Amino acid sequence: MDGAYRPGPFGRGLAWATALYLVLPILIVVPVALTDQRYLSLPEDGLSLRHFETVLASPEWLGSIWQSFTIAVAATMLSVTAGTLCAIGCWRISRRATEFVRVLMLLPLIIPSIVYAIGLYRYFGPLGLLDRFLGVVLAHGVTGIPYVVITVSTALAAFDPRLEQAARGMGASLSQTLRWVILPRIAPGIFSGAIFAFIHSWDELVMVLFIASRDVFTLPRRIWDGINENLDPAMAAVAVLLILFTLLLLMADRALRRRSEG
Amino acid sequence: MSAAGRPGAGWWLLILPAFLLLVVFYLAPIVQVLAISVTEPEFGLENYERLLTSSAVQRVIFTTLRICIITTALALLLGYAIAYAITLASPRARGWWILAVLVPLWISVLVRAFAWVTLLRRQGLVNNTLMEAGLIGEPLPLVWNEFGIVVGMVHYMVPFAVLPMLSSMREIDPRLLAAARGLGASRGEVFRRVFLPLSLPGVIASGVLVFIFSLGFYITPAILGGGKTLMVAEWISLQILDLIRWGLGTMMATVLVVAILVTLAVFSRIVDLRRIFGAGA
Repeated sequence: MDGAYRPGPFGRGLAWATALYLVLPILIVVPVALTDQRYLSLPEDGLSLRHFETVLASPEWLGSIWQSFTIAVAATMLSVTAGTLCAIGCWRISRRATEFVRVLMLLPLIIPSIVYAIGLYRYFGPLGLLDRFLGVVLAHGVTGIPYVVITVSTALAAFDPRLEQAARGMGASLSQTLRWVILPRIAPGIFSGAIFAFIHSWDELVMVLFIASRDVFTLPRRIWDGINENLDPAMAAVAVLLILFTLLLLMADRALRRRSEG
Repeated sequence: MSAAGRPGAGWWLLILPAFLLLVVFYLAPIVQVLAISVTEPEFGLENYERLLTSSAVQRVIFTTLRICIITTALALLLGYAIAYAITLASPRARGWWILAVLVPLWISVLVRAFAWVTLLRRQGLVNNTLMEAGLIGEPLPLVWNEFGIVVGMVHYMVPFAVLPMLSSMREIDPRLLAAARGLGASRGEVFRRVFLPLSLPGVIASGVLVFIFSLGFYITPAILGGGKTLMVAEWISLQILDLIRWGLGTMMATVLVVAILVTLAVFSRIVDLRRIFGAGA
């Protein structure tokens, strides 16, 4: 469709305004993080990296970053393993038989996390999982499964089922077929799912507010406290670091997809 | 399906781990907690009576519905403009437009709420700039009220509104638009009589998605509402963490879940739900 039909001035203007509304407010944290002042403001006499130093020298922030990272890695492994196997199983078994599983997979995307969070608060108490690494990993890992199922299912839709039948027909066992035939073909889908599951856990706050308190104090939790208690430029520095990290992950995802597409 | 291709029990075993995890660690906690709404403080529908008798409960519900409807309408309008621009853009420009939608989608909701606070608060950048320019004498109340919530929520929801609309607009044959122009239709007529009707299924799908996401949204309304304007999710958290009124909190949680499922059930007759949730990424 080259040059055939373009939006009019109103449509174009509104689209531009919306794009600016989406992007600019996020970018504003960059100059605020570089301010030379002690309070939340734009730089006045020059740029300064002191707020980044404050964050990177603070054992509290570093501890939370590390905790969030290890939780997200463990949760991602759980989501990717369970989600990939589930997507393959659903793909191979008929649609009707797995309808229930498919609906179940959508629930974590539909039901607000506040409802799940209060459920866990009550459920984890007797199990001794409140304020535990394992508890948060389970909560994040389970709710991350749908992201993996969606990306892997998309990758499987482009996979010729006859390849699998051929492998089985030539005597490969189920695990051999999985390892040598199916998994290599859908690796980019799995990787995308892993990135989404990772970001899901890394950013998750609502569940953490309920099921963690002192020993587990993730990065979103610390940011939340910071926003509610003291708004200082160190918060903006954290925000900038988080934005950079997210962009890095998305670029990795794009690069990998492009390579797999040829 | 041929006999040789019949899936065996092995394939069902692949589904098992995810299935068990979801049932034991997702479904069970939710079902258990929602059941509390009819058992605490004592067995019965006492908590649900509050829906009819308590003006505080009703106020929270109406505030939530009002904010959600406004948010959905604005997110649809802005999202439509973006999806429209993407659909009609040249392949190279399209990449940039999509980036402008996807990057905010993946940036932490906390970072975005924080950015809005820095911009909109009393001594924030917007108020300071306007004061220095002499346009206003006093800071405008831009945040810690309903206005702030809507600004932040629409910002969060626009990318979600774009994706289903975009996938439905991409199915529209661009030659139809060129043909309508060629046959003498004005730009406005092409849009109103050809493009808009064809893109309507996507608009409905987006509307449902944004509305149900908005209903149970917690973080952005809690930060930008500043505790003064309560929406359902924050109210539930308040009942449970601060007031320890499990019965009331879980009653509202049940109402929230039922409202979402009913919305989905009603609209699943009109639009394909897979279109809503398959369009992500």
